[in-house]
Amino acid sequence: MSAPAVTPNTSATREMRSELWKDNLRDYGLLVSLLLIVAFFYVITEEHASVAPVNITNLVMQNCYVVIMALGMLLVIVGGNIDLSVGSTVGFVGAVAGSLMVYEKVPYPIVILLCLVIGCAIGAAQGVLVAYGKIPSFIVTLGGMLIFRGLTGNLLLGQFVGPFARGFQNIASGFIPDLEVNLGSYLGSVNIAALSVGVIGAVIMFALSLRSWARARREKLEAEPLALLLGKNIVFAVIIVGIAYSLAEYKGLPVVLVIIAVLVLFYNFVTTRSVIGRRIYALGGNRLAAQLSGVKTERLIFLTFANMGLLAGLAGLVVAARLNSSTPSAGNSFELDVIAACFIGGVSASGGVGKVMNVVIGALFMGVMNNGMSLIGLGIFWQQVVKGLVLLAAVGVDVYQKSKG
Amino acid sequence: MAAILEMRGINKTFPGVKALSDVNLVVEEGEIHAIVGENGAGKSTLMKVLSGVHPYGTYSGDIVYKGEVKRFASIGDSEHLGLVIIHQELALAPQLSIAENIFLGNETAENGVIDWHLCRRRARELMAKVGLKESPNTLITNIGVGKQQLVEIAKALAKDVKLLILDEPTASLNEADSAALLDLLLGFKKQGMTAIMISHKLNEIARVADKITIIRDGSTVETLDCRKEPISESRIIRGMVGREMTDRYPPRSVDIGEELFRLDDWRVEHPQHSGREVIKGVSLHVRRGEVVGIAGLMGAGRTELAMSVFGRAYGRNIRGTATLEGRKLDLSTIQKAIAQGLAYVTEDRKMLGLVLTEEVRTNITLANLAGVSDRGVIDEARELAVATRYRQALRIRTPSVHQRAINLSGGNQQKVVLSKWLFTEPKVLIMDEPTRGIDVGAKYEIYGIINELAGQGKGVIVISSEMPELLGVCDRIYVMNEGRFVDEMPAKEASQEKIMASIMRQYGTKQ
Repeated sequence: MSAPAVTPNTSATREMRSELWKDNLRDYGLLVSLLLIVAFFYVITEEHASVAPVNITNLVMQNCYVVIMALGMLLVIVGGNIDLSVGSTVGFVGAVAGSLMVYEKVPYPIVILLCLVIGCAIGAAQGVLVAYGKIPSFIVTLGGMLIFRGLTGNLLLGQFVGPFARGFQNIASGFIPDLEVNLGSYLGSVNIAALSVGVIGAVIMFALSLRSWARARREKLEAEPLALLLGKNIVFAVIIVGIAYSLAEYKGLPVVLVIIAVLVLFYNFVTTRSVIGRRIYALGGNRLAAQLSGVKTERLIFLTFANMGLLAGLAGLVVAARLNSSTPSAGNSFELDVIAACFIGGVSASGGVGKVMNVVIGALFMGVMNNGMSLIGLGIFWQQVVKGLVLLAAVGVDVYQKSKG
Repeated sequence: MAAILEMRGINKTFPGVKALSDVNLVVEEGEIHAIVGENGAGKSTLMKVLSGVHPYGTYSGDIVYKGEVKRFASIGDSEHLGLVIIHQELALAPQLSIAENIFLGNETAENGVIDWHLCRRRARELMAKVGLKESPNTLITNIGVGKQQLVEIAKALAKDVKLLILDEPTASLNEADSAALLDLLLGFKKQGMTAIMISHKLNEIARVADKITIIRDGSTVETLDCRKEPISESRIIRGMVGREMTDRYPPRSVDIGEELFRLDDWRVEHPQHSGREVIKGVSLHVRRGEVVGIAGLMGAGRTELAMSVFGRAYGRNIRGTATLEGRKLDLSTIQKAIAQGLAYVTEDRKMLGLVLTEEVRTNITLANLAGVSDRGVIDEARELAVATRYRQALRIRTPSVHQRAINLSGGNQQKVVLSKWLFTEPKVLIMDEPTRGIDVGAKYEIYGIINELAGQGKGVIVISSEMPELLGVCDRIYVMNEGRFVDEMPAKEASQEKIMASIMRQYGTKQ
């Protein structure tokens, strides 16, 4: 092949640049808002309690369920549906886990497996009705929400069931054991495992994005501006290392954070690099066009729900483990937090649009607000009002930006 | 005659794009004024400025209507003065009745309470004016697109229209409906109504227009007066593309080989009404390197035939055999149809062809993700290379393959859809209305692509409502009517009259 036939003329290149900036602006606008709100609570809380190591750790543990389920909800919404049943699934799975462990004395590893299967089955059952039964997902999952909330109550008979084995509790409140390395007095009190995971993670992220940028450059394909790439990587690296250091100053790396990190990386990969992810976005963007391009849309919809159920099951286990008991009200209104995290993260309600990283930021946004407002002693009802307003503002900004084209 | 409308020095920019630059337009009272130009030339934008869709303040320049400078803040403002626009995509509520749609936004109401009796009575009057013979209570979804267009016009009449703006009014109409619509316009003109009509169909413009304003790249090129001298189509095209286009169909060396694909006694029933045959025993064959056309009126069953073949995307109880290269095909799913070498370029690119929210790149690879992935993981570099290759080969005009499909003009969108199907490396391509709603220059390029595909030994089936197009690009033409092939002729021996005669003959024998 000869040299690239099309040398983009300058105006086209400029337009492309501005397009890239615009896309990025939306993404980083979200990140900047998150940083601003963190800064706000940093200033307003007594002795900067909001960024104290103990609070960062708490923040992670309190909000892990939102992140876990938002990953599944992202796929469901991108596929053009909604799942209202996840909060009830959390409660039901927790109730099953508690009953099995406390009343039936089933060992917890078996219980964990069984509960994941149950969660997945709940999602799959609803997925069948939505995908093949062609019943609107809002209705199917509204039914599921009522059914599984009711079953949770029946199973627990209004009782708290607990406590659980230490091993089970570790899912939610355990820490990765520290490395036995002596670095002298300088870093003596700091958890080395947590810190090194953070540093290594940041380095890997940097290396990967530089590599793909260099590859695009080498093959003369369109790549984003280097300054932008470096800038965003540095910001991310600072955040990652900062959080890692903060965790290291307290008890180290929470187990649940490792679970979340693995899930986030996995779903980021699925949505951006896998064929199945691509097809889900096409399905949500234009179902008919996807069908006529040979995409098996029913099966994909079914899979998004089965996957959502699996993650709701996992969240159910984490919530039970954290509370160290199964309660009839566990998971109440969690579906709203999860859906709100998705919409704050810029997922389109009409399907086809949404990014994993933004949803994670959306979830963190909700988490930081919950945590910060509790720290400053704002009443629970006012907290709801504020969260509602933030959701409306975030989506409002989105819609406004879109209308400006 | 006095000018009813004058647009002076209109400039309009979208972020990053100058859509209109110093556009001037003078429309005299009682004339039909055509606006022509290639896709993306700025015709629709100009009309949106005029009707207040783009409100005052978002453009510069003056709109002078009946001698006064107007500053429309919304569509309501312009409609109030009798300036009504009918958009390219019909804006009707499908689940409401004809009468309800006619008075939508303009209800026959007092203090918010609708007078249904008055509504229906006035609807009947308006429907009679536009020649629409239906009950006012019929739902929009139950009438054809030709009648829907009449409802749009009745709706404009209900607003006491003085200046009617029609954006591609016949784009989705068949020839008979188009002719009826144009006659209606001429009738309104006699009664003193002024109209502005945007159209790509030059023969229609020649029939009705008094003046033609040509827009190219966001600026007015010239205004031609058809009453002074007859304007030839090639004269208009020269103005539009800035060069003389002597031949609207690129030349091609025909090299037809052995039989590639055939259908025998293909029968399809309606998806909802079991037992009602929509396709009634169609047989066809396509040879290597051959371009075969299917002519017919709207509703003849051409799209239904194509979709039923393409993995049973339409219909039920499908019978008959399909053969490719001598082997019987299993067309039970779309996946199988694609895998065995069939591609279907859909009629409606926005609804059925593209994922508008996605990038050009991802649209191109959607039907063949296996071609850019290993074990379910997409190789981004390979995908970019594929997209870039097709962008260059088909000359898709976009700043980047990362551009979202929604931002492309119609012709370029169609090229993206074509790229998608070419990347599946089909042996037989079925193209349903491949050039609908795209401009002359882009049409020429699409015809060139069709020729190239035939040159590679593929079989191409073209479904089109524009008969000159079929005559221009095909080697052989089937004529379809009411679910059957009623005639077949080599394109060399075919003519529009002959095709229409075959269709009409069938109606004759039925009586």
